Amino acid sequence: MKFGIVVNEGPYTHEASDSAYQFTKAALEKGHEIFRVFFYHDGVNNGTRLTVPPQDERNIQKNWTDLAETHNLDLVVCIAAAQRRGILDENEAKRQGKDANNIAPGFRISGLGQLIEAGIEADRLVSFGD
Amino acid sequence: MTMDEAGAPNGEAKKFLYVNRKAPYGTIYALESLEVVLIGAAFEQDVELAFIDDGVYQIVKGQETDGIGAKNFSATYKALGDYEVTKFYVEAESLAERGLTADNLMEIMYEDEDDDWAEKPSIKIVNRAEMAEIMSAQDVILSF
Repeated sequence: MKFGIVVNEGPYTHEASDSAYQFTKAALEKGHEIFRVFFYHDGVNNGTRLTVPPQDERNIQKNWTDLAETHNLDLVVCIAAAQRRGILDENEAKRQGKDANNIAPGFRISGLGQLIEAGIEADRLVSFGD
Repeated sequence: MTMDEAGAPNGEAKKFLYVNRKAPYGTIYALESLEVVLIGAAFEQDVELAFIDDGVYQIVKGQETDGIGAKNFSATYKALGDYEVTKFYVEAESLAERGLTADNLMEIMYEDEDDDWAEKPSIKIVNRAEMAEIMSAQDVILSF
Protein backbone atom coordinates (compact mmCIF):
# COMPACT_ATOMS: atom_id res chain seq x y z
CA MET A 1 0.00 0.00 0.00
CA LYS A 2 1.09 3.57 -0.62
CA PHE A 3 0.94 5.77 2.49
CA GLY A 4 1.14 9.50 3.03
CA ILE A 5 2.16 10.57 6.55
CA VAL A 6 1.31 13.87 8.28
CA VAL A 7 3.14 14.96 11.44
CA ASN A 8 1.35 17.80 13.24
CA GLU A 9 3.33 18.13 16.49
CA GLY A 10 6.92 18.99 17.35
CA PRO A 11 9.40 16.55 18.88
CA TYR A 12 9.49 15.55 22.58
CA THR A 13 6.49 17.54 23.92
CA HIS A 14 4.14 15.19 22.11
CA GLU A 15 4.62 11.56 21.15
CA ALA A 16 3.10 12.19 17.71
CA SER A 17 6.42 12.41 15.88
CA ASP A 18 7.72 9.23 17.54
CA SER A 19 4.52 7.39 16.61
CA ALA A 20 4.73 8.66 13.04
CA TYR A 21 8.37 7.53 12.86
CA GLN A 22 7.60 4.06 14.24
CA PHE A 23 4.63 3.71 11.87
CA THR A 24 6.67 4.83 8.86
CA LYS A 25 9.56 2.51 9.75
CA ALA A 26 7.24 -0.45 10.29
CA ALA A 27 5.37 0.20 7.05
CA LEU A 28 8.64 0.32 5.09
CA GLU A 29 9.88 -2.88 6.74
CA LYS A 30 6.63 -4.59 5.70
CA GLY A 31 7.30 -3.55 2.10
CA HIS A 32 4.83 -0.69 1.86
CA GLU A 33 5.60 2.53 0.04
CA ILE A 34 5.73 5.92 1.78
CA PHE A 35 4.83 8.57 -0.78
CA ARG A 36 5.82 11.43 1.50
CA VAL A 37 6.05 12.55 5.12
CA PHE A 38 4.63 16.04 5.53
CA PHE A 39 5.41 18.14 8.62
CA TYR A 40 2.82 20.77 9.56
CA HIS A 41 1.95 23.01 12.52
CA ASP A 42 4.66 22.55 15.21
CA GLY A 43 5.62 19.38 13.34
CA VAL A 44 8.02 21.54 11.33
CA ASN A 45 10.25 21.64 14.43
CA ASN A 46 11.20 18.02 13.73
CA GLY A 47 13.24 19.38 10.86
CA THR A 48 15.83 21.50 12.68
CA ARG A 49 19.35 20.09 12.88
CA LEU A 50 20.13 22.25 15.95
CA THR A 51 18.42 20.13 18.59
CA VAL A 52 20.81 18.56 21.10
CA PRO A 53 18.88 16.03 23.21
CA PRO A 54 20.68 14.29 26.12
CA GLN A 55 22.85 11.41 24.90
CA ASP A 56 20.79 8.72 26.61
CA GLU A 57 17.62 9.92 24.84
CA ARG A 58 16.42 9.23 21.34
CA ASN A 59 17.33 11.86 18.75
CA ILE A 60 14.08 12.34 16.87
CA GLN A 61 15.48 14.54 14.11
CA LYS A 62 18.34 12.10 13.51
CA ASN A 63 15.89 9.18 13.45
CA TRP A 64 14.01 10.87 10.61
CA THR A 65 17.19 11.85 8.78
CA ASP A 66 18.59 8.30 9.01
CA LEU A 67 15.30 6.79 7.85
CA ALA A 68 15.21 9.21 4.92
CA GLU A 69 18.74 8.28 3.90
CA THR A 70 18.11 4.54 4.18
CA HIS A 71 14.81 4.53 2.28
CA ASN A 72 15.10 7.61 0.10
CA LEU A 73 12.12 9.13 1.95
CA ASP A 74 10.63 12.48 0.97
CA LEU A 75 10.46 14.56 4.18
CA VAL A 76 8.68 17.85 3.48
CA VAL A 77 8.40 20.75 5.93
CA CYS A 78 5.56 23.20 5.22
CA ILE A 79 7.02 26.54 4.24
CA ALA A 80 4.30 28.73 5.76
CA ALA A 81 4.40 26.88 9.07
CA ALA A 82 8.22 26.81 8.98
CA GLN A 83 8.54 30.56 8.44
CA ARG A 84 6.39 31.24 11.52
CA ARG A 85 8.57 28.95 13.62
CA GLY A 86 12.06 29.75 12.35
CA ILE A 87 12.85 26.69 10.27
CA LEU A 88 14.90 27.84 7.26
CA ASP A 89 16.95 26.28 4.51
CA GLU A 90 19.77 28.10 2.77
CA ASN A 91 17.58 29.62 0.07
CA GLU A 92 14.89 30.80 2.51
CA ALA A 93 17.48 32.29 4.85
CA LYS A 94 18.92 34.26 1.95
CA ARG A 95 15.52 35.29 0.66
CA GLN A 96 14.35 36.48 4.10
CA GLY A 97 17.64 38.18 4.97
CA LYS A 98 18.42 35.87 7.89
CA ASP A 99 21.98 35.10 9.00
CA ALA A 100 21.59 31.33 9.41
CA ASN A 101 19.64 28.27 8.39
CA ASN A 102 18.82 25.14 10.36
CA ILE A 103 17.12 22.60 8.12
CA ALA A 104 18.26 19.06 8.89
CA PRO A 105 19.69 16.71 6.25
CA GLY A 106 17.01 14.71 4.48
CA PHE A 107 14.34 17.38 4.97
CA ARG A 108 13.21 19.89 2.38
CA ILE A 109 10.96 22.95 2.62
CA SER A 110 8.00 23.24 0.27
CA GLY A 111 4.38 24.34 0.04
CA LEU A 112 1.07 23.00 1.31
CA GLY A 113 0.33 21.70 -2.17
CA GLN A 114 2.67 18.84 -1.26
CA LEU A 115 0.23 17.82 1.50
CA ILE A 116 -2.74 17.88 -0.86
CA GLU A 117 -0.76 15.93 -3.45
CA ALA A 118 0.06 13.31 -0.79
CA GLY A 119 -3.68 13.01 -0.08
CA ILE A 120 -4.40 12.54 -3.77
CA GLU A 121 -1.56 10.13 -4.56
CA ALA A 122 -1.52 7.95 -1.45
CA ASP A 123 -3.96 5.11 -0.83
CA ARG A 124 -4.12 6.22 2.80
CA LEU A 125 -3.14 9.51 4.41
CA VAL A 126 -2.31 8.92 8.07
CA SER A 127 -2.09 11.90 10.45
CA PHE A 128 -0.22 12.02 13.74
CA GLY A 129 -0.99 14.76 16.24
CA ASP A 130 -3.44 15.89 18.90
CA MET B 1 4.66 15.49 -11.11
CA THR B 2 3.98 19.21 -10.81
CA MET B 3 1.21 20.65 -8.69
CA ASP B 4 -0.81 21.54 -11.77
CA GLU B 5 -0.83 17.97 -12.98
CA ALA B 6 -1.87 16.57 -9.61
CA GLY B 7 -5.08 14.61 -9.70
CA ALA B 8 -6.46 11.34 -8.45
CA PRO B 9 -4.67 8.42 -10.13
CA ASN B 10 -7.83 7.49 -12.05
CA GLY B 11 -8.48 11.11 -12.99
CA GLU B 12 -11.47 11.36 -10.62
CA ALA B 13 -11.51 13.99 -7.91
CA LYS B 14 -11.03 12.64 -4.41
CA LYS B 15 -13.30 13.61 -1.54
CA PHE B 16 -11.40 15.68 1.06
CA LEU B 17 -12.97 16.47 4.43
CA TYR B 18 -11.35 18.98 6.76
CA VAL B 19 -12.44 18.32 10.33
CA ASN B 20 -12.18 21.38 12.54
CA ARG B 21 -12.18 20.42 16.21
CA LYS B 22 -10.57 23.34 18.01
CA ALA B 23 -11.56 26.90 18.94
CA PRO B 24 -10.37 29.60 16.51
CA TYR B 25 -7.98 31.24 18.97
CA GLY B 26 -5.87 29.80 21.77
CA THR B 27 -4.07 27.49 19.36
CA ILE B 28 -3.06 27.93 15.73
CA TYR B 29 -4.81 24.82 14.41
CA ALA B 30 -7.90 26.61 13.05
CA LEU B 31 -5.90 29.26 11.18
CA GLU B 32 -3.47 26.75 9.69
CA SER B 33 -6.34 24.43 8.77
CA LEU B 34 -7.86 27.30 6.81
CA GLU B 35 -4.55 27.75 4.99
CA VAL B 36 -4.69 24.11 3.87
CA VAL B 37 -8.30 24.51 2.73
CA LEU B 38 -7.38 27.56 0.63
CA ILE B 39 -4.43 25.81 -1.02
CA GLY B 40 -6.40 22.59 -1.40
CA ALA B 41 -9.20 24.43 -3.20
CA ALA B 42 -6.84 25.01 -6.13
CA PHE B 43 -6.49 21.26 -6.73
CA GLU B 44 -10.01 20.69 -8.06
CA GLN B 45 -10.83 18.01 -5.54
CA ASP B 46 -14.16 17.64 -3.71
CA VAL B 47 -13.77 19.68 -0.54
CA GLU B 48 -16.08 19.67 2.47
CA LEU B 49 -15.64 21.07 5.97
CA ALA B 50 -16.83 19.63 9.27
CA PHE B 51 -17.08 21.52 12.55
CA ILE B 52 -17.24 19.46 15.73
CA ASP B 53 -16.36 19.93 19.41
CA ASP B 54 -14.88 23.41 20.05
CA GLY B 55 -14.43 23.71 16.27
CA VAL B 56 -17.98 25.10 16.09
CA TYR B 57 -16.64 28.31 17.67
CA GLN B 58 -14.65 28.95 14.47
CA ILE B 59 -17.80 30.06 12.65
CA VAL B 60 -19.58 31.86 15.49
CA LYS B 61 -20.52 35.38 14.48
CA GLY B 62 -19.27 38.57 16.13
CA GLN B 63 -15.67 37.45 16.69
CA GLU B 64 -13.51 40.25 18.11
CA THR B 65 -9.80 39.68 18.65
CA ASP B 66 -8.35 43.13 19.39
CA GLY B 67 -8.01 42.27 23.07
CA ILE B 68 -5.72 39.29 22.44
CA GLY B 69 -3.63 40.78 19.63
CA ALA B 70 -4.43 37.93 17.25
CA LYS B 71 -5.58 38.28 13.67
CA ASN B 72 -9.35 37.90 13.24
CA PHE B 73 -9.60 35.53 10.29
CA SER B 74 -13.30 34.70 10.63
CA ALA B 75 -14.20 36.58 7.42
CA THR B 76 -12.17 34.05 5.43
CA TYR B 77 -14.83 31.37 6.02
CA LYS B 78 -17.34 33.59 4.22
CA ALA B 79 -15.03 33.85 1.19
CA LEU B 80 -14.66 30.08 0.76
CA GLY B 81 -17.76 29.94 -1.46
CA ASP B 82 -15.73 31.75 -4.13
CA TYR B 83 -13.28 28.83 -4.01
CA GLU B 84 -16.09 26.31 -4.49
CA VAL B 85 -15.96 25.25 -0.86
CA THR B 86 -19.68 25.25 -0.18
CA LYS B 87 -20.34 22.48 2.29
CA PHE B 88 -19.93 23.28 5.98
CA TYR B 89 -21.28 20.48 8.14
CA VAL B 90 -21.80 21.58 11.74
CA GLU B 91 -22.55 18.98 14.39
CA ALA B 92 -25.79 19.72 16.27
CA GLU B 93 -24.64 18.02 19.49
CA SER B 94 -21.44 20.09 19.59
CA LEU B 95 -23.50 23.28 19.30
CA ALA B 96 -26.00 22.18 21.97
CA GLU B 97 -23.24 21.12 24.39
CA ARG B 98 -21.89 24.68 24.21
CA GLY B 99 -25.26 26.42 24.52
CA LEU B 100 -25.12 27.53 20.89
CA THR B 101 -27.76 27.45 18.17
CA ALA B 102 -27.66 28.05 14.42
CA ASP B 103 -28.51 31.70 15.14
CA ASN B 104 -25.08 32.14 16.74
CA LEU B 105 -23.29 31.19 13.54
CA MET B 106 -22.10 33.52 10.77
CA GLU B 107 -24.15 33.73 7.62
CA ILE B 108 -22.00 31.85 5.10
CA MET B 109 -23.41 31.75 1.56
CA TYR B 110 -22.38 30.52 -1.87
CA GLU B 111 -23.70 31.05 -5.38
CA ASP B 112 -25.01 27.81 -6.91
CA GLU B 113 -23.80 27.69 -10.51
CA ASP B 114 -26.22 24.83 -11.23
CA ASP B 115 -29.18 26.92 -10.10
CA ASP B 116 -28.76 30.24 -11.93
CA TRP B 117 -26.22 31.40 -9.31
CA ALA B 118 -28.85 31.48 -6.60
CA GLU B 119 -27.44 32.39 -3.17
CA LYS B 120 -27.64 29.43 -0.81
CA PRO B 121 -26.42 28.79 2.74
CA SER B 122 -23.20 26.76 3.00
CA ILE B 123 -23.86 25.68 6.58
CA LYS B 124 -25.77 22.50 7.20
CA ILE B 125 -26.45 21.32 10.73
CA VAL B 126 -26.20 17.56 11.03
CA ASN B 127 -26.42 15.21 13.99
CA ARG B 128 -23.60 13.00 15.22
CA ALA B 129 -24.79 9.90 13.34
CA GLU B 130 -25.05 11.88 10.10
CA MET B 131 -21.56 13.27 10.69
CA ALA B 132 -20.24 9.72 11.01
CA GLU B 133 -21.82 8.88 7.64
CA ILE B 134 -20.30 11.99 6.05
CA MET B 135 -16.87 10.96 7.36
CA SER B 136 -17.18 7.39 6.14
CA ALA B 137 -17.89 8.65 2.61
CA GLN B 138 -14.52 10.47 2.34
CA ASP B 139 -11.27 9.49 0.66
CA VAL B 140 -9.06 11.82 2.72
CA ILE B 141 -9.75 13.29 6.14
CA LEU B 142 -7.52 15.99 7.59
CA SER B 143 -8.36 16.66 11.21
CA PHE B 144 -7.20 19.84 12.92
